[in-house]
Amino acid sequence: MTARPDPSQALAARAVARGRTWRPGLRNIGRTAVTIAGLLLLWQTVVWATGVAPYILPAPRVVANAWLERPDYLLTNAAVTAAEMLLGLLFGGALGVASAILIATLAPARRWLLPVLVISQAIPVFALAPILMLWFGYGMASKVVMATLLIYFPVTAAFLDGLRRTEPGWLDLAQVMTQDRWAVIRHVRIPAALPALASGIRVATAMAAIGAVVGEWVGSGAGLGFVMLHANGRAQTDLMFAALATLAALALVTYYSVDWGLRRALPWTPDSPLDDARF
Amino acid sequence: MTPASEYFGGSGGLAWGDNVPATPPGESIPPVHIHDARVEFGSDSVRKGALFAGLEAEFAAGVFTSILGSSGVGKSSLLRLIAGLPPRRGTATGAVTDGDGKPLTGRVVYMDQRDLLLPWLSVLDNVLLGARLRGEPCQRGRALGLLAAVGLSGWEDARPDVLSGGMRQRAALARTLMEDRPIVLMDEPFSAVDAITRLTLQDLSARMLAGRTVILVTHDPIEALRLGHQVQVLAGSPAWLDPPVAPPGVPPRDPADPALVGLYRVLIARLQAAA
Repeated sequence: MTARPDPSQALAARAVARGRTWRPGLRNIGRTAVTIAGLLLLWQTVVWATGVAPYILPAPRVVANAWLERPDYLLTNAAVTAAEMLLGLLFGGALGVASAILIATLAPARRWLLPVLVISQAIPVFALAPILMLWFGYGMASKVVMATLLIYFPVTAAFLDGLRRTEPGWLDLAQVMTQDRWAVIRHVRIPAALPALASGIRVATAMAAIGAVVGEWVGSGAGLGFVMLHANGRAQTDLMFAALATLAALALVTYYSVDWGLRRALPWTPDSPLDDARF
Repeated sequence: MTPASEYFGGSGGLAWGDNVPATPPGESIPPVHIHDARVEFGSDSVRKGALFAGLEAEFAAGVFTSILGSSGVGKSSLLRLIAGLPPRRGTATGAVTDGDGKPLTGRVVYMDQRDLLLPWLSVLDNVLLGARLRGEPCQRGRALGLLAAVGLSGWEDARPDVLSGGMRQRAALARTLMEDRPIVLMDEPFSAVDAITRLTLQDLSARMLAGRTVILVTHDPIEALRLGHQVQVLAGSPAWLDPPVAPPGVPPRDPADPALVGLYRVLIARLQAAA
């Protein structure tokens, strides 16, 4: 009698399941906070124990003071770096998605573009930084290009991998339903590859900050990389550390926001939480 | 079928699958002719073999044919050949046409033993997949009617992952019926559902697919006898089709019918002889 499940109950179960993926997120933030506190304590202890000079390793409190003295300076420069990261993610992501679809759908693109793509990865992108400075100037453009180049490959590779691994049964089903190859790519292959694309975007998000800051180190007038370089030149080690902490916070916030957004966008992705205490 | 109605908690009669009018197919029903079909695999040096070598078969228009056979004999390969799908391994050649020598493209619908629901689409959108792929207007009303017919009213907006295995297969049946094609190919469609759901789905299929050219592949002689106007055994290597057995009466038949029990023995004997 009760074997027939009730739609509303199943939907409630799904809401609970979603909640279960949410709460570890909050708990993770809590753990991260504890880890950071522990590291700060260790840092403070090292400074006390060794009596190291503040221009080599300033105490956490000194760094905090440096931050509090010039919050607007650090935040405006953080905004520049954040903009570079996000634009890099946007362009690198869009280019990666477009390339992967092109390579997956067009045989000539597969034959010609794929080898170029692989070979291009033999060139360390960081080695290109001075050239990008030369071509795109000292402003934001060169950093955005740098981040774009860095992000492009993981996004393309992950999405292409996903596009290649469509469940064959789905393709059989679609092939019997239509002769339109593009319709199958659009309605079956691409949506099926979105979880793989999400993985690529997560990796890319972690790399965005690297691209932006390395670009700023080579030459710039703004951004957290610029702040660090500038402070280094004036032996303001506390300011360097303040900039570094800001960058870490920025990277964390970006990563978790992107991760949260991707989870929300793809709720159907098969998920077997590692905390499930099974295998 | 009192047990089924009890199982599904209906108040008086079946909760679903009852009184569903058979939708008459929208176009003329073609037969399926297979001529000189070959499915070969392996290279010369490695294990070479053929599932079919010059297989000939004719499935009359509007007839429900059940094909029985043991695992690996080529039942699925036969259906894939008719559906115009490449074989899972090896190469396939041969002509699959209607009576007039025309290909069957666009007149076939294929239902796998796996539900193959797309996890990112709602149940309703899965049923409407064919229309969406072809860029046709979505017949929401008809899709909702079919979902009701398979007992999935209220589940239109649910994602497939909240459905049980039996419910998923019912959604897949609704998707198959939605396609409204004159030729229906079914590859062990009910092998993964529980016994009662299987009976109800069989009844529903027999009623809704009446008048179409149906080829159902199964390893269950009872299912074959319940549903088919004729039952054929696929056996051998390379495989061939035995002359059909035609159970009396109109499908869906009562599995306890003595005539069916007698034919069951015949079919089992044929399958054993082939093994």
